Amino acid sequence: MTTRFALARAAGAAAAGLSRLTGRGGGTTIGGRVTLLVDPDALAQAALGRELALVSGTNGKTTTRTFLVAALRTRGPVVSNAGGANLPTGLTAALTADRTSKVGVLEVDEPFLPRVAAAVSPRAIVLLNLSRDQLDRYAEVRRLAGIWREALDGRAVTVVANADDPLVAWAASAARDVVWVGAGQGWTYDSTSCPACGDVLQRDAAGGWRSATCGLTRPEPDWSVDGDTIVDPSGARHVVQLSLPGQINVGNAALAAAAAGVWGVEPAAALAAMAAIPSVEGRYLETHYRGRPVRLLLAKNPAGWTETLRMSRPGVPVVVAVNARAADGRDPSWLWDVPFEGLQGRHAIATGERSRDVAVRLRYAGVDHVRVDDAAAALAAAHGSGPVEILANYTAFQTYRKVLRDA
Amino acid sequence: MPESVVRIALVFPALLGTYGDGGNASVLAQRLRWRGHAAEVIDVDVDAALPAQADVYVLGGGEDTAQTLAVSRLAAGALARAAAAGKPVFAVCAGFQILGETFLDGRGEVHRGLGLIDCRTDRLDGPRAVGELLVSSPYGVLTGYENHGGRTVLGPGAAPLGTVDAGIGNGDAGVDGAVQGSVVATYLHGPALARNPALADHLLAAVVGDLAPIDDREEEELRRERLAAVRKAKRAPWRRQWRPSARS
Repeated sequence: MTTRFALARAAGAAAAGLSRLTGRGGGTTIGGRVTLLVDPDALAQAALGRELALVSGTNGKTTTRTFLVAALRTRGPVVSNAGGANLPTGLTAALTADRTSKVGVLEVDEPFLPRVAAAVSPRAIVLLNLSRDQLDRYAEVRRLAGIWREALDGRAVTVVANADDPLVAWAASAARDVVWVGAGQGWTYDSTSCPACGDVLQRDAAGGWRSATCGLTRPEPDWSVDGDTIVDPSGARHVVQLSLPGQINVGNAALAAAAAGVWGVEPAAALAAMAAIPSVEGRYLETHYRGRPVRLLLAKNPAGWTETLRMSRPGVPVVVAVNARAADGRDPSWLWDVPFEGLQGRHAIATGERSRDVAVRLRYAGVDHVRVDDAAAALAAAHGSGPVEILANYTAFQTYRKVLRDA
Repeated sequence: MPESVVRIALVFPALLGTYGDGGNASVLAQRLRWRGHAAEVIDVDVDAALPAQADVYVLGGGEDTAQTLAVSRLAAGALARAAAAGKPVFAVCAGFQILGETFLDGRGEVHRGLGLIDCRTDRLDGPRAVGELLVSSPYGVLTGYENHGGRTVLGPGAAPLGTVDAGIGNGDAGVDGAVQGSVVATYLHGPALARNPALADHLLAAVVGDLAPIDDREEEELRRERLAAVRKAKRAPWRRQWRPSARS
């Protein structure tokens, strides 16, 4: 360890402590920022001597990271960026706060994956999926797949990748060592054309895909998912009974189990550790608000919303909360990619800073709705006295976590 | 009131639908239905031929590779024949660019467009144009969000859709979009027709004639909010493309 890094780490800890003390925040981001300012090499320094897994992708980063942490903790302590600060600042803060754990799992914001992988030399990289999200920031999805591919080219790391997503498969196929997982792909609109050659991909009903022009084909998966059953590379079938809802999470569990296998954790033990997780940092949280059962669901982009609407309980009044801050993406046009028509017949409450965009979208979708500005008032406006669901995008979701916590 | 169904062809939503522009077709269809017309949206698959019998054609934004693929699939001329027959064609962003004479792909290679609009698209001098866009037009102030790296220069055959109040638009001559015959094009996402119902009704009037007024209070509320937000922000002419922001 260099003197400069020791100094940087101390400065970061002091800044984080000061931030918490003055009530300005959790201190994670500011602490990491100060550490990196003093020593730009701090992330690499903090990673020295550890075996890390990185998790990236448009949807499921936090859930898959949580699954993998649970699986690896069956063996010993694991450092992780709980709280989900997934830029280099947050990663630096997480690693400097825990000096002892030799194993770690970090979720990484998609465009930062190359930089983080170069700094920390991970043992494994888990690639989930890529689809349109925060387009004001990322511009194009295919470009993200391209920078991943470049970063993985020839790198000595085990890549655990979703074989069903053509963008992920194309990026991962540049790596030397890949464990392929057939984790599913619910949203195909960003992989109509082949990421390698641009021709239209031919798809079959079984989830297979292929470019007739360049031959890029869905890799044969080592791990596969069949309903609620995960089949491991030995052919053993594991029925998973996750507490978390949704087919997407069975796929995430398969990816996490495959990554845990890199550390020698048996699939059955890994999946048992994941099964008990009831909610992930507020996602899927079931609680009560003024005596009414409430379920809180996070969705950030069209693929996520489409998946979340599938999990949503028919007939239950639903609060749709949408903001468009930097972390959400400034352009809520994506609301029109989401099949809100599926909410017809349910009472909907449009809220969040972009509630007017939501209201217009619901109007054209033929969904009976009202618009309420205040988050707590929106929840109270739901018809009846039975269960309510809240579907919220990123910063609106954080607002509701607070509303439900303070209730 | 016409007996027949108004058919709205949504051209290649799997290629030209990256920024929610498929909503434009839903908006057109619903605004007809609310007035008692039968309407149908036809999602045109990439491998299917463009239906010749549609009444309106809608194209959205997409990525560079999708754009070149889309133009190759439209080269057969069905869209050009529709435009020549005076049917409304509404195109946004990448959909706008491919209707021009030439456009650039992601590698900077020049491609021939469909030639429905007298314009050429190259690259903006500055960074990508990303942010709110306001355009003064004959259909009122148009509001939306732009996200493109292209600069589109209109030739004498095309008129602009309007003049830019805030944002970049075409990136040339202070205007946005193009109007040429029955073809209307813009850089506005939002989607454009959800944010700007007067423009939607202008396109529909060409198909069904006079339109009865409908209750657009929710759209008007949204428009007021966006216009106020943009004017308040006095946004800088260029926005940075990469704005890191922590989230999980």
